[in-house]
Amino acid sequence: MFQFENFDAFISMGGHGPYVWGAYGLSLTIMTWLALAPLRRQRVLLATLRQRIHAQDQKGGGQ
Amino acid sequence: MMTLSGAFFGVIRRDLSIALRHRGDLLNPLFFFLIVVTLVPLGISPEPARLAAMAPGMIWISALLATLLALDNLFRADFTDGSLVQLMLSPQPLWLLVLAKIIAHWLVTGLPVVLFSPLLGLMLSLPEAGFLPLLLGLILGTAVFSLLGAVGAALTVALHKGSVLLSLLVMPLYVPVLIFGTSAVQRAVDGVSYGGVMAMLAAASAFTLLVAPFAAAGALKVGING
Amino acid sequence: MWQWFHKLGSPRWFYQISGRVLPWLALASVVLIVSGAVWGLGFAPEDARQGNSFRIIYIHVPASFLALAGYYVMAVAGAVGMIWKMKLADMVMVAAAPLGAALTFIALFTGAVWGKPTWGTYWIWDARITSMLVLLFLYIGIIALSRSFSTRETSARACAILALVGTVNIPIIYKSVDWWYTLHQPATIKLTGAPSMHPDMFKPLLVMILGFYCFYALVLLLNTRTEILQRESRTTWVKQLAQSK
Repeated sequence: MFQFENFDAFISMGGHGPYVWGAYGLSLTIMTWLALAPLRRQRVLLATLRQRIHAQDQKGGGQ
Repeated sequence: MMTLSGAFFGVIRRDLSIALRHRGDLLNPLFFFLIVVTLVPLGISPEPARLAAMAPGMIWISALLATLLALDNLFRADFTDGSLVQLMLSPQPLWLLVLAKIIAHWLVTGLPVVLFSPLLGLMLSLPEAGFLPLLLGLILGTAVFSLLGAVGAALTVALHKGSVLLSLLVMPLYVPVLIFGTSAVQRAVDGVSYGGVMAMLAAASAFTLLVAPFAAAGALKVGING
Repeated sequence: MWQWFHKLGSPRWFYQISGRVLPWLALASVVLIVSGAVWGLGFAPEDARQGNSFRIIYIHVPASFLALAGYYVMAVAGAVGMIWKMKLADMVMVAAAPLGAALTFIALFTGAVWGKPTWGTYWIWDARITSMLVLLFLYIGIIALSRSFSTRETSARACAILALVGTVNIPIIYKSVDWWYTLHQPATIKLTGAPSMHPDMFKPLLVMILGFYCFYALVLLLNTRTEILQRESRTTWVKQLAQSK
């Protein structure tokens, strides 16, 4: 059962709102970043690798 | 062919004679210890009661920092002049030679700090009952600092900015020793028996003595590749 | 059995297999954490003494669990890498360090924010908080050490040794800090009285803990896969992978 009478009460959490929402907000932000950072690094890594291979192929083709 | 004990004491003798030739390096940690403790009344209060309350912790923390300061040179000088690699190529087990180096290092850095500590206790108006546990605790404690520190010193021996990294690596590991050491002194000052705490400190140092030389020898093999 | 063990040591095989598990892990962790958070924030009953601020527990406790477990994961991976010279284990260890440090930070941060409304201050030298802080320092030491070597192999070996020494030390540190706290426990503040939890409060916590375990596994896999690509970037299979995308 929902513990709060309305949405405003849910946000204010009986005066503890800033603490609760702050803790959840920052934690979930860090966790999202933890999951996305390796994905981004992988993409960058594969992209540079592809470029390098491409450059090598062109050099090989020109000879 | 050298015997095991011959090699062991040979390393100790060599390291001691080198240390005695560089007397300045020997005294530096001591002066550091003295200066840090001098800053305490200047920074906090010269009032004897307040100083006495802080004395166990302050002396222990400055002793910890003083030994940490000297730790960086445990293997570094030998690494730079190449004698460390020679030591590692010798047929004797490396952990034994590392232990010899740690003992020599403790004799020239840890022991002077221990012997100096009663004077600082006096300056910080440590109550009389605290002196014996301070001395005993520091003997055991500085031994642990040197033994555990040797692992960190071995890992960072080949790195350029090893000394800051070294403190970062080993200081968290010193936490239990600091807790047991200061509370032994505090208990003696409060008039409670401190035998149990001292026994724990002794057990911790015995355990470290068993494990640390092997870890440091392993670390040295990795560290020189850095 | 040994063949399986050998296969597990092959980064390529691991990369392919873990790719199949990833979507499921991601799904499980998102579903579990979102539902656990909604349940904990909106539907768990309010704590009689702490009011709504206790809802932070649903992040704080799982993060603390995994912060500590993460150190052991790192140490075990380091030991395996050292004993069997398994490259993959080295990569897992390198991947586990920043993840563990981040979770330790989350545990400390949520603990501090929880502390303000509950006992009036952001920071107190409570036994658990202090141990957590020391754990953070241990993680930072490993990360700093791993970044200061030029070759990845040496870096992994060095970190493995440090992690093992730390692992032996962690129980001693925890016990000694615990004991230290009983000596200095301030009389006015009583923290240790964690109220016996109502089952309605406990269920969302269980969901969150499960979710955090899935999340940990997910990010560990992602980090390890990145590490694999980085280290194996000269092999044909990685080159083929790069071109196929």
